[in-house]
Amino acid sequence: MNRLSNAFAKPHPALVCFITAGDGDTAANLDALVDGGADVIELGMPFTDPMADGPAIQEANIRSLGKGTTTADVFAIASAFRQRHPDVPLVLMGYANPMVRRGPQWFAGQCRAAGVDGVICVDIPPEEDDSLGPDLRAAGIAPIRLATPTTDAKRLPAVLEGSGGFLYYVSVAGITGLQQAAQASIDDAVARLKAATDLPIAVGFGVRTPEQASAIARVSDGVVVGSALVELVARHGEDAPAALRTLTAALADAVHAARKD
Amino acid sequence: MTDLKNSFRNQPDDRGHFGDYGGRYVAETLMPLVLDLEREYRAAQADPAFQAQFDDLLEHYVGRPSPLYFAERLTEELRKDAPAGNGAQVWFKRDELNHTGAHKINNCIGQILLAMRMGKTRIIAETGAGQHGVATATVCARFGLPCVIYMGATDVARQQPNVFRMKLLGAEVVPVTSGAATLKDAMNEGLRDWVANVHDTFYIIGTAAGPHPYPELVRDFQSVIGKEARAQMLSRINRLPDLLVAAIGGGSNALGLFHPFLDDADVKMLGVEAAGYGLDGDQHAASLLGGFPGILHGNKTYLLQDEDGQITEGHSISAGLDYPGIGPEHAWLKDMGRVEYTAVTDDEALDAFQLLCRTEGIIPALEPAHAIAAVAKIAKTMSKDSVILANLCGRGDKDIFTVAEKLGVEM
Repeated sequence: MNRLSNAFAKPHPALVCFITAGDGDTAANLDALVDGGADVIELGMPFTDPMADGPAIQEANIRSLGKGTTTADVFAIASAFRQRHPDVPLVLMGYANPMVRRGPQWFAGQCRAAGVDGVICVDIPPEEDDSLGPDLRAAGIAPIRLATPTTDAKRLPAVLEGSGGFLYYVSVAGITGLQQAAQASIDDAVARLKAATDLPIAVGFGVRTPEQASAIARVSDGVVVGSALVELVARHGEDAPAALRTLTAALADAVHAARKD
Repeated sequence: MTDLKNSFRNQPDDRGHFGDYGGRYVAETLMPLVLDLEREYRAAQADPAFQAQFDDLLEHYVGRPSPLYFAERLTEELRKDAPAGNGAQVWFKRDELNHTGAHKINNCIGQILLAMRMGKTRIIAETGAGQHGVATATVCARFGLPCVIYMGATDVARQQPNVFRMKLLGAEVVPVTSGAATLKDAMNEGLRDWVANVHDTFYIIGTAAGPHPYPELVRDFQSVIGKEARAQMLSRINRLPDLLVAAIGGGSNALGLFHPFLDDADVKMLGVEAAGYGLDGDQHAASLLGGFPGILHGNKTYLLQDEDGQITEGHSISAGLDYPGIGPEHAWLKDMGRVEYTAVTDDEALDAFQLLCRTEGIIPALEPAHAIAAVAKIAKTMSKDSVILANLCGRGDKDIFTVAEKLGVEM
């Protein structure tokens, strides 16, 4: 067992919370997410060209880079988080170029040293796994893959091959933070994915409210919330931790209790 | 003469890799579509009717073949300060005479035929200077498909005539305000649209870059330039040129000219990047000479980036060269040493722009003005009986405002 599998072995679905590293007081914001009841932390690595992200996360990337956030800063944030929270799983999410800039082996080594449990790379599909996957697996870091509404049954085995941690189901064909998928389509997709893998299934994209999160958690192993949290960081600045804790607690209550009724 | 055991013309491999470069670095949502596109492109390649329709449109709509032209007065002008016996003959492939004024239309014709084969009913594209946007809007009007063009807000402001052209042609032009609001941000926004509209939308990428099979198919559609030029050279002077020269932003006009000659071992090739204010600073757009390999916009290639892999903003007087990446086949050709690459500054391009106006009565676009500047430097190092063929890939009507401003002329 490791931190990620422990998080998904709890008797309730997991709440996965995303914020962008270097946007606001990230350490305090991460602590607020944990306090609020987040089961898994997804930490965004800022990138100049976040082409899978909607306006909220694009702006968080720009704010972070505008403050001069470096890759070293991201790993320092991760290491410090690991010191404060030895048992909370931490996943890095980002784009390929900052991850491979100094070589995939370097990146995987840094992840390991910082206590990172998994990596989500938006623009390395299974076809290009060689660019990062082997080094992550060798370092014991889970390469977390994305499945989408366009991932058909024929393609799914390729997506699952070599993936680890959990499977992230992107519930809408689109970018982060905008549209919301119809619940029926999520139910169908999760059932289809569960039939194909033993990996936990976490569902994200467009999830903003406890009501939505609860509905999704009835069928999935986890729910990912990002843009709604990132918007709180933008709106509240240094006072964001209190707002993040409140929303996270409401989401956590909804997700954790989803299967009780 | 070298005996080539392996062809330089058989790239990419079946995964879309040109050596270490290229590939399909896209979000999972797009991956099935990219695979569909490859299947459809293979089917189109095997379908004589597709090729026949492409050729017919190039002849009767675009106005191909474009002329091959001996620039006699430019050649003489460059010989004036060349050492005795030197001063190569300068020839131009006149793709600036195409409908819409640049080589971009060749690719757009090919891609819209593919889009229709795939049953797509909506077209999107990105544009920098607006030439690719105009070419895309043109083919969309020709085939009656709705068209959305993403263009950086900065570029919208400085390229008003092309914005109006696109609107006249029925396209919706969406100004992009994220990032530096230039070409790469427009491409990001195009990808965001595509990922949300994969079911009905075809993305017409403007250069030989992006996820496989785009670099290959754009090159193939643009290769009409080199195929014609090769045949025209043989018919006019009964020999191949000694040197090919072309400007490089993403690199599609250069690949279009170079690719049919890649296995002609005696033909040297020179790609000309934009050095902006100079390669020693960071105000240039020379990805190959001033960048490092990385991953952006679907492919692995040379990129302008910092030590953390953050993409940096290129600069060039030419909005068409102002992109921080380069087509992956150029990255491979550079590493293989088959093509040489150099760079030309804004000022050198501006001088070459005026030189061609005065010696040949041709107003070139600022993009090929970079190629002409490189020709001016290298022609005097070559003997009089040697032949340079440069791609005059666009006309300069769109650039007269930029040039006037640089020259301090009020219009």
